[in-house]
Amino acid sequence: MAGAAALAAQAPKGAAQVPNADGRSASTEAAAAGANGVRVVDRPGSDFMVDVIKSLGIEYVFAMPGSSFAGLHESILNYAGNKNPEYITCMHEESSVAMANGYAKVEGKPVAICAHGTVGLQHAAMAVYDAFSDHTPVYMILGNTQDATRRGGEVGWVHSAQDPAAMVRDYTKWDDQPVSLAHFAESAVRAYKVMMTPPMGPVAITLDTDLQDEQIPPGLDLRIPKLSMSAPPAGDGAAVAEAAKMLVAAETPVLIAGRAARTPEGVRLLVELAETLQCAVLDQHRRMNFPNRHPLNQSMRAGAGGKPLLIPAALAPDLVVGFESNDFYSALRGVRQRNPQLKVININSGDLFLRSNYQNFQRYTEADLSIAADAEATLPYLIEACKKLITNDRKRAFQARGAKLAEAHNQALEKARLDASYGWDASPISTARLSAELWGQIRTEDWALVTDSSPWIHDWPLQLWDFTKHYQYIGGAGAEGVGYAAPAAVGAAFAHKRHGRLPIAIQPDGDLMCANGVLWTAAHHKIPMLTLMHNNRAYHQEVMGLQGLANRRQRGIDHIQIGTKIYDPFIDYAKLAASMGVRSEGPITDPKDLAGAIGRGIQAVKSGEPYLVDVVTQPR
Amino acid sequence: MKRTILAVLLCAAFAASGFAQTRGGDAVKGQGLYLKNGCYECHGTVGQGGTGPRIAPRTAALTYIRKPAGQMPPYTPKVMPDADLADLLAYLVTIPAPPPAKNIALLNQ
Repeated sequence: MAGAAALAAQAPKGAAQVPNADGRSASTEAAAAGANGVRVVDRPGSDFMVDVIKSLGIEYVFAMPGSSFAGLHESILNYAGNKNPEYITCMHEESSVAMANGYAKVEGKPVAICAHGTVGLQHAAMAVYDAFSDHTPVYMILGNTQDATRRGGEVGWVHSAQDPAAMVRDYTKWDDQPVSLAHFAESAVRAYKVMMTPPMGPVAITLDTDLQDEQIPPGLDLRIPKLSMSAPPAGDGAAVAEAAKMLVAAETPVLIAGRAARTPEGVRLLVELAETLQCAVLDQHRRMNFPNRHPLNQSMRAGAGGKPLLIPAALAPDLVVGFESNDFYSALRGVRQRNPQLKVININSGDLFLRSNYQNFQRYTEADLSIAADAEATLPYLIEACKKLITNDRKRAFQARGAKLAEAHNQALEKARLDASYGWDASPISTARLSAELWGQIRTEDWALVTDSSPWIHDWPLQLWDFTKHYQYIGGAGAEGVGYAAPAAVGAAFAHKRHGRLPIAIQPDGDLMCANGVLWTAAHHKIPMLTLMHNNRAYHQEVMGLQGLANRRQRGIDHIQIGTKIYDPFIDYAKLAASMGVRSEGPITDPKDLAGAIGRGIQAVKSGEPYLVDVVTQPR
Repeated sequence: MKRTILAVLLCAAFAASGFAQTRGGDAVKGQGLYLKNGCYECHGTVGQGGTGPRIAPRTAALTYIRKPAGQMPPYTPKVMPDADLADLLAYLVTIPAPPPAKNIALLNQ
């Protein structure tokens, strides 16, 4: 080393660089060597990487530490002063990505995550698939050592890969493994642009350890390309005009919203379209698309759970329009049989980007008019086109239609309240009671639900609460992966923190046990959120599945608890939370004890802390 | 007493619906069977509904339990004898109705 440094120190600036035995240039070695021959670096490549990350407006990096990105980690802390980006300590890479997912859905902008390109990404993979299926932006930075002669022994080798991102390429939008800092800058900016262009999705940049650690060669002209964001793709003008014509002419149109609203403006636009037409809206609740208590919202009429996987027969649609509908084929089941003349319009950005291997694109939907475009970007043009076509006669017809829908909406709400009254005093506590007790105390606050309302709790919040704002609901795991809810909730709550909101998580027990280290992250980073455990002491979906199977086979259900129930011992979630610094109480089994616990939790959250209440609940 | 009368009336109704009722059901045993057979997993511990529909305090159709449609698995005589079924149904009709929803302040907000 000393020899190489001495040799390189004599080399004139700009001289050709000759690789040494390690494959590193002699001049680089020279720049990295101090006078006494000890290798020092005063301007590592990772400092420039931080400059690039800053230029993208990324404020946070969620990560569990790993040696393959230690160079970047150090630059974040000491070069950037741990600000823009700030390092948020996670305890599992799956948590990092799911937290990033929850954060992005609330804040509308991404964070970065860092992980080993091998063992870290292997941990993260399910959450990456969730984000991909959920059209959520996650900016992944993966560490790797490309140069085989530079890997540090057995661990260095086993933690390196020829092509780390290959593992998740089937469910990311784009990735690259840059070989120079200039290459990194261009790919980092490109990755951001690709990630944020609808349909959004995760991207990955693999960072070579040497590229992070080595001195930036003196005189190297490094620049950061300008980020040029693409306007989201709106529907073709002629197709939008045709869709408007069909909508205005229809007698009983139904709008189905999956991930229609990317932003608060998306909610406003969907409301404007529905009110213009006075037509029914069914929300698939993958986002907060449409206020649940709006009189045109007919989602509660779709049956138990409020998730309209099927269009209620009573709506008798002659036209169904899907807006980023995630499982449009299933939603149309039955309706086509009842009305062979049914017309279907599908506005979906999913057609613009597909991968082949994983089947998250769902069954093929036959449509009379298919518009490959972002729904939110298309809505202004569709609204304008509809308004131009509406005559006074149609307007009167629409008003009459809207009045009937409003009446049906009110009846559905009353039925939901009646249904919620059953089992009101039951122990274990009904999920309806839990939801109603929460609503009683949060409804005057600036609240947000940071977990899925979902079938797990019978969609009670979406039936009993009053969701009006985009940030109040983030939907669930895009790929229905168990282990998503807890970290996504912490990520979402982290996004709410700067706005001073009251985040509420109704947390399934089995999900929390996948990676409960997020409780420590919430405590460590002082992320205020109130978690109520939905502790049904089981992987209940699997209980029902196995029970059904055993009964169909006429073998009885005496053994189905094996592998499906979480018992012997029961998990004490209050103690689990307390062990990680989260104030907590429970288990609560008497519904009369809920109100006090929720009140104490809200006070703790208002003082800036996370708080957990363990509630032993009915199965659903 | 009122519940017993109701149970008797409903059992008569079950018999009329085609179920081979061999004896009156035992509600206490029925509660144990309701839990043991996992009915609560879909219908809740007091029949209030969940993934499955609400089944109390109203009658469940016996023919439906034997030959259900949709997602519910069949409970054939092999896994649930007629006598157990009678006990189960006797339990279901004893489950009291909840307070009226309009009287629950938390459900009117």
